[in-house]
Amino acid sequence: MHPTPPAFVEALQRIGDDRLVLGHRTSEWCGHAPILEEDIALANIALDLIGQANLILRYAGSVEGAGRDEDALAFFREAIEFRNALLCELPIGDFAVTIVRHFFHGLYSVLQWEALSRSTDATLSGVAAKALKESRYHVRHAGEWVIRLGDGTDESHRRAQEAVDALWPYTGELFMQPADEAELVAAGLTVDVSLLEAPWRAQVDDVLRRATLRAPDAGWMQRGGREGRHTEHLGHMLAEMQIVARSHPGAQW
Amino acid sequence: MIPTRTEVLRWLDDVKDPEVPVLSVVELGVVRDATVDADGTVSVTVTPTYSGCPAMRVIEESIRDALLLRGAPAVTVTTVYTPAWTTDWMPESARAKLEAYGIAPPGAVAASEDLVPLRRAGAAPRCPFCKSPRTQLRSEFGSTACKALWVCAECTQPFEQFKAI
Repeated sequence: MHPTPPAFVEALQRIGDDRLVLGHRTSEWCGHAPILEEDIALANIALDLIGQANLILRYAGSVEGAGRDEDALAFFREAIEFRNALLCELPIGDFAVTIVRHFFHGLYSVLQWEALSRSTDATLSGVAAKALKESRYHVRHAGEWVIRLGDGTDESHRRAQEAVDALWPYTGELFMQPADEAELVAAGLTVDVSLLEAPWRAQVDDVLRRATLRAPDAGWMQRGGREGRHTEHLGHMLAEMQIVARSHPGAQW
Repeated sequence: MIPTRTEVLRWLDDVKDPEVPVLSVVELGVVRDATVDADGTVSVTVTPTYSGCPAMRVIEESIRDALLLRGAPAVTVTTVYTPAWTTDWMPESARAKLEAYGIAPPGAVAASEDLVPLRRAGAAPRCPFCKSPRTQLRSEFGSTACKALWVCAECTQPFEQFKAI
């Protein structure tokens, strides 16, 4: 018994698009990071994320069965067809914004991959178990930087707190469970992301406390990415990400 | 001529990782299995080190080329993700080769670790050049996805370590 493929394809795109979009954003640091080690670190993280997206989107294409491979999904979809959370597509901002976003999303990723590694779908669980190891590495890197920036100089503290405040309204979407995934969750294929919020929040609070930073009070949470309603930033990002593939369709290295 | 599985595995031991050319794809644990059909078709199962490892495509091509060159009539390479690759598979002989090449071998993978520990649970690697244990982590990320950057406090030589994962 395999549940309705359209919902599963959509669910896989939500997982893959988060990593593709965040991975591309992260690659924008290549050659621009504040120190050489961080330039290398961010480029490596971008590579891991795009690698994860590659595996998930390839699988999404094969489940869909319409002849689209990972490249077709990455380079020939419009912004409204992307299913990433809005958090992933926001501009990279300063180093604090980049690090805090990696921390927020990385922690979510660890919890999500952990749960998906128990998926009843063998391909998804295999990719998740592998990606989990990488995400643990990423969140360690980001978490340590959050503490260093927050508990650092007056300026690094101020910027880190501003990053937390600016990104916070985009974290809620990560835990809004899409209605069309109910059957998939029941079949054990995907996970109910709303269950990840409490453990995520506990870890976030622990690190923010050690960083002398504070989480904003509960407030309005932005949403829309999972349904294809994006900020104006995604279109600009895709224009850059997709131009080579669209200018030279079918080109081979 | 139909090769035996043992022959195939020996041939694969000559295929080196393009980024760490002292290790074969077998020692690295990328090759999970090889089988030979009655008609001589060789099927090799591989698993990627990292999801985004850019060397995987080259590794697959090198495997195919090496086997065809040695007379395998046909070769298929299949990628699997389970069980996920771990440096714990690396044999002692491979670790020694890495160190001799100037890359500190990976330590054991920590069973369960805090997500944001600040302090490293595992011991620091010794310097592959002067063997001093006084080494410092410079960056968790290095020239390739699988390595971290260290520096030796004794001989001041920067070096890379294969990350335990």
